[in-house]
Amino acid sequence: MAGDDTSGRDLDARNDDLVAALLAGEHRALARVITLIENRAPGHRDLVARLHPHAGDAAVVGITGSPGAGKSTLVDKLAAAYRDRGDTVGVVAVDPSSPYSGGSVLGDRIRMASTNGDMDVFFRSMSARGRLGGLSTATTDAITALDAFGKDVVIVETVGAGQSEVDIVRTADTVGVLVQPDSGDDVQMLKAGILEIGDVFVVNKADLDGAARTVAELEEMLHRRDVGAGAGKHGHGSVSQSGGESHADGARSDGADAAADWEPRVVETVATSGEGIEDLVDALDAHAAYLRSSGVGEAKAQQRHGEKIRRLVRGDLTELLEAELDRRGGVDALAERVRSGETDPYTVADAVVEPLRECLDGQRVDNKRTPTAAESDPGDDRD
Amino acid sequence: MSADAEQHGRNRPIRCLIAKVGLDGHDRGAHVIARAFRDAGFEVVYSGLHRAPDEIVQAAVQEDVDVLGISILSGAHNSLVPKVVDGLKRHGAFADTLLIVGGIIPEEDRPELRDLGVAAIFGPGTPMEETIEFVRENAPRRE
Repeated sequence: MAGDDTSGRDLDARNDDLVAALLAGEHRALARVITLIENRAPGHRDLVARLHPHAGDAAVVGITGSPGAGKSTLVDKLAAAYRDRGDTVGVVAVDPSSPYSGGSVLGDRIRMASTNGDMDVFFRSMSARGRLGGLSTATTDAITALDAFGKDVVIVETVGAGQSEVDIVRTADTVGVLVQPDSGDDVQMLKAGILEIGDVFVVNKADLDGAARTVAELEEMLHRRDVGAGAGKHGHGSVSQSGGESHADGARSDGADAAADWEPRVVETVATSGEGIEDLVDALDAHAAYLRSSGVGEAKAQQRHGEKIRRLVRGDLTELLEAELDRRGGVDALAERVRSGETDPYTVADAVVEPLRECLDGQRVDNKRTPTAAESDPGDDRD
Repeated sequence: MSADAEQHGRNRPIRCLIAKVGLDGHDRGAHVIARAFRDAGFEVVYSGLHRAPDEIVQAAVQEDVDVLGISILSGAHNSLVPKVVDGLKRHGAFADTLLIVGGIIPEEDRPELRDLGVAAIFGPGTPMEETIEFVRENAPRRE
C-alpha cells in the first residue's frame, strides 16, 4: 500500500495513488487520507486541494449538545434512517482528549449499533488532541474527504462545549442542537451562543418529565432570537451583531440576515427507541431544501470558504511568525527584555512583523505597476 | 508547503482499537486496557461489547488504527481471529496493523494464532507496563 514514504517526489506519487484509490471507493484509502489530514502530515494540504474539486455534493449535518444529551445514540439512529432511504453516510465524531496524558478513549463508536458492519456508513472518531485552532481545519478537511468519496450525507458530531467545537459545527450546512429535558445547564449552554447556530433543535429523551416545558422554553427563546435578528436586519448596519459576535466579517452578518428567513424547528426525539427520528430527518431535509431554494446554501458555502481561507492564512502566518520569534531568540528571551525594562511589547511586535509588512507592501506596489511597466517583463510580451 | 515541513517532526499518538468480539460479556479487562492505553498517551477507540468479526474489521479499517487489540474470554478465538485477519487482508489493512490478543488463550492454541499473524498474546496477570511497552516498540511507523 502506498503511504509509507515521506520524501518529496514519493509524496506526490503517494498522493496520486491515494486520491485515485479514494475516488475509486476504497475505504482503506479514505481512512488513510483522513489520518494524514488529522496528523497534518507532510503532503496533506496537496491531498485536500486535489480532493476539493470532487467535493461539494454532500449534505453536511452538524450535531452538537452537552455531554450526556444523547448525541452518539441519535447520530446512530440518524445514520440508520439515511441508510434506509438509500443514502450513504459519513460520520466524524470529535471527542475531547485527556489534558493529562494527551491520550483519549474515543467511545462514540460504541453507540453505532444500528449500522455496525455496514461499510456504507463510514464512521471516524477524531480526538481533539489538545489543539484548538487546528481541530476545525482538520475536521472540515475530513468532511471534504468523505464528500469527495461520494457520501450523500456527512454528519459531524461534537460536544458543544468550547468555541472550537462551535466553530466546527458551524461549518455544517445544517446544525442540529440537542437539548435534554428540564436541564438548567442546557439553557445556560444555549445562552452561551449555541442558540444562534441551531437550525433544528432536538429535545432528546422526550419521554422524560419536563420535555414539554423544555420545548416551550426553547420556542420562547427562538422567538426572541427571531425578533433580535429582525431588528438587526432593519438596522442594516455594522452594529446589528452587537449581541456578541466579535467577528468583523461582513459575511457573518449576511448569514444572520438570511437565517432570519428560516424558522428554526423544535423536534422531540427518544433516540434510544428511534422515536421522532423521522420528524428529525424531515426537519433536516426541510432545512436543506430551504438552503437550495433560497440561495442561502450558496451564501453559506461562500462564507465557509471565506472563513477557511482566513483560518489557513492565519495559521500559516502564525507558523511563519513563530519561527521568526525563535530566530530572534525565542519569545521567552524577548519577554525577559520587556520585563527588565529594555523594550516594550509593541516595539518587539513591530520589529518582528515589519519585514513581512514591507515585503507584502512591496509586492502590492509591484502589482500595481505591472500593467504600465509591461516591458520590464519581456518574456510574456514577445510571445 | 512550509507548514507541512513544520509539522513533519511532530509525534502523533498511537491509535488503537480495543475490540470485544463474539458472545462473551466480560469487558472489565478491555476497559482497564483502554484506560491504561489512554494514560500512556494513546488514542483508543473502544468497540463496545459483542462485536462480530466484520464489525471489528470495519472499525479497524475506518479508524485506521495502528494497533488492533482483541479481547476474547469466550474460548472462541480459533474461529473468530481468522475471520478478523481475513477481513483486514481483504481491505489491505493487515500488513501494517499490529494485531494483539488478550484474554484466556490455552497454550496449545497459541502457535496457531501466531502463525495467523497475531504479534503477541497477553494472558491474565500480564503487567500493564509490559503490554504498553510492547505496543510502543512494535506499533508500525508508517507516516
